[in-house]
Amino acid sequence: MITFTPRDKVSNYWTLIGPILSIILTVIFGLLIFTFLGFDPAETLYQIFISPFSRIDRVSDIFVKACPLIIVGIGLMFCFKANVWNIGAEGQFIMGTLLAGAFALLFPNVETKLLIICMLFIGFIGGALWAFIPAILKTRLNVNEILVSLMLVYVAMLFIDFIVRGPLRDPMSFGFPLSKPYPEGALINKISFPGIGYLGQLHYGILFIIFLIPLTWIFINKTLGGFKINVLGSAPKAARFAGFSKDKITMTVLLLSGGLAGVAGVIEVSANIGQLQPEVSFGYGFTAIIVAFLGRLSPVGILFAGVIIATVKLGADNAQMTMGIPKVVTGLFEGILLFFLLTGETLQKYKIKWSWNK
Amino acid sequence: MLKFCKRIFSLFALSASVIFFIVTNSFASPTKVGFVYLTTPGDHGWTYAHELGKQMVEKRFGNDVKISVVENVPEGPDATRVIRELAKQGNEIIFTTSFGYMEPTLKVAKEFPNIKFEHITGYKRSKNVATGNIRFYEGRYIQGVVAGLMTKTNKIGYIGAYPIAEVIMGINAFAQGLRSVNKDASISVIWANTWYDPVKEADAAKVHIAEGADILAQHTDSPAMLQIAEKNGALGFGQSTDMSAFAPKAQLFASENNWGPYYIKKIEQLQNGKWNTGDGPDHWAGNEWGGISSDMLTISKFQNMPDSVAKKAEEAVNGIKNGSIKIFAGPLVDNTGKEIIPAGKTLDDGALWGMNYYLKGVNGKVPG
Repeated sequence: MITFTPRDKVSNYWTLIGPILSIILTVIFGLLIFTFLGFDPAETLYQIFISPFSRIDRVSDIFVKACPLIIVGIGLMFCFKANVWNIGAEGQFIMGTLLAGAFALLFPNVETKLLIICMLFIGFIGGALWAFIPAILKTRLNVNEILVSLMLVYVAMLFIDFIVRGPLRDPMSFGFPLSKPYPEGALINKISFPGIGYLGQLHYGILFIIFLIPLTWIFINKTLGGFKINVLGSAPKAARFAGFSKDKITMTVLLLSGGLAGVAGVIEVSANIGQLQPEVSFGYGFTAIIVAFLGRLSPVGILFAGVIIATVKLGADNAQMTMGIPKVVTGLFEGILLFFLLTGETLQKYKIKWSWNK
Repeated sequence: MLKFCKRIFSLFALSASVIFFIVTNSFASPTKVGFVYLTTPGDHGWTYAHELGKQMVEKRFGNDVKISVVENVPEGPDATRVIRELAKQGNEIIFTTSFGYMEPTLKVAKEFPNIKFEHITGYKRSKNVATGNIRFYEGRYIQGVVAGLMTKTNKIGYIGAYPIAEVIMGINAFAQGLRSVNKDASISVIWANTWYDPVKEADAAKVHIAEGADILAQHTDSPAMLQIAEKNGALGFGQSTDMSAFAPKAQLFASENNWGPYYIKKIEQLQNGKWNTGDGPDHWAGNEWGGISSDMLTISKFQNMPDSVAKKAEEAVNGIKNGSIKIFAGPLVDNTGKEIIPAGKTLDDGALWGMNYYLKGVNGKVPG
């Protein structure tokens, strides 16, 4: 039997050394694997970790890739802090996108960017409504929110599939399941820098993160609402004695995270795809769970975690392009990285006892 | 301050372009070719067929080409990034091998007017984006002929990916082949709603067999259907590549997508400065829509069938090759009895891409 007991005090020294040690171990294991498979290990590590930073447009692509992960991750942070397990951000992402996209397609000739502002709100509502289902079932009937939110992901996937094949299919798409292109007003433009032009795919949606991170930081650390969420998560009994309504908090965090997932979807699709298609999310809602935990459930941490995950994903593509390393191998490496980072964190927080009781 | 920033920026842009210039020029000799794959060659279907095409390019050009491949690229923002990255790395011609790369390919092509892009199975073109496609339906006609001669239950089970024109024209071509030799047989279709999902494909195959089908056909990518057929004593056809290794007793033959010659031709055109997007009609077919006669679709060895059937199938192949068989020649009637075209006329390519009905010989109706 292995038992985990929380440490009384987390040592500052180890909080600093822990992640570094995790990375060193990852690198060692990476070197072993790549050497064993016959790839130049130094070159591979360079491609995965460094090459995404080697050109300024590549750096901007990291942020483009990280953008939805960070927004969804921050939404999930509220839930996980309150010990509410929303596993269905993927579905909320899809439903927010779908509702906002359907709204945009009602105005085929609108050019004013007011439309995209409306879509962000509608996306929030769409995602929040989808999260409302597990929320109401949890608070009224005490139904497990993990199962409900997860299962609703598949409902959402099939629903958007049905919508773009049927009601919203572009008659000019030769039978392919695609909606009409969004009107100009529904698109998020790329940022044009004076003297350089565009930097990769970098778009104005990134600005949302710049506002979101300080706002959530203040909310979590400086307001009563944030305090309630923290207390409910870390000391449910204390929360009850203090008279905080568990149901209200559960409802709030689920709606918030659902809404943010919806907003992430709107930004992602309006900036990068520009129409509805059967697949809009590519697993962002699930990857964001890792991002939230890797970022230790803090807004700034999630920013860094999102960047790390995005870097490794981009690096994996680069390694494939330049060295022909298959994605399964770089995927394995990603897994090792996450394993060590999360193990390191667990070891900092918990003492581990081995015992051989019968 | 702003001025300073601008200066730094322009300095950066200048040095970047100088470096780019040096890099691209010093490696000018081999033609740099990029490929973007939807899944991995391990799918033994669609992407594997492209991989085989790529290998033919390697064999033909040797050290005269330098190939970069990116596999498992989802059809969304990642595609745009990957294609742009391939362009930045100095690839001179980039093949994007799935329909969903259409918008990403066009987007990136606009930014790199000097690089040639080849979008496989798309319908939107531009100055430097050409499109290529295969007349997959020709192989399905031959499948229909073989199925019609081989079936004992007169029930054919067909697994479709999505109810889009490409798949529907395949089903209809199959029906035309089937009815050319056997008026009593009919086709039932199950939609898998995926291009590649061995579990779903296998389930669909089991349902077909349980309902009495003894011949299975598929318009999805994995060998799962044939494996089920093999286990249950049914017969079927391989998709995209020869799948007889997965079902030595069940595969009658496979329609193989042969992209190699197309890739080689386009790369040669590029090297001779003759690359072009052609000026085909603006339907879904692409600039280049080759079939059996141009060797873009090949038919694997006929097996698990009597010689008499193989002979008939061979005749059908030759008929399509020399044009004596017109698959969609009138009179054509859909499965509700409505006339599509009268005798003496033939559906043109544009009409094929508008197909949203089943011809006689197919049960049920097109969903959606």
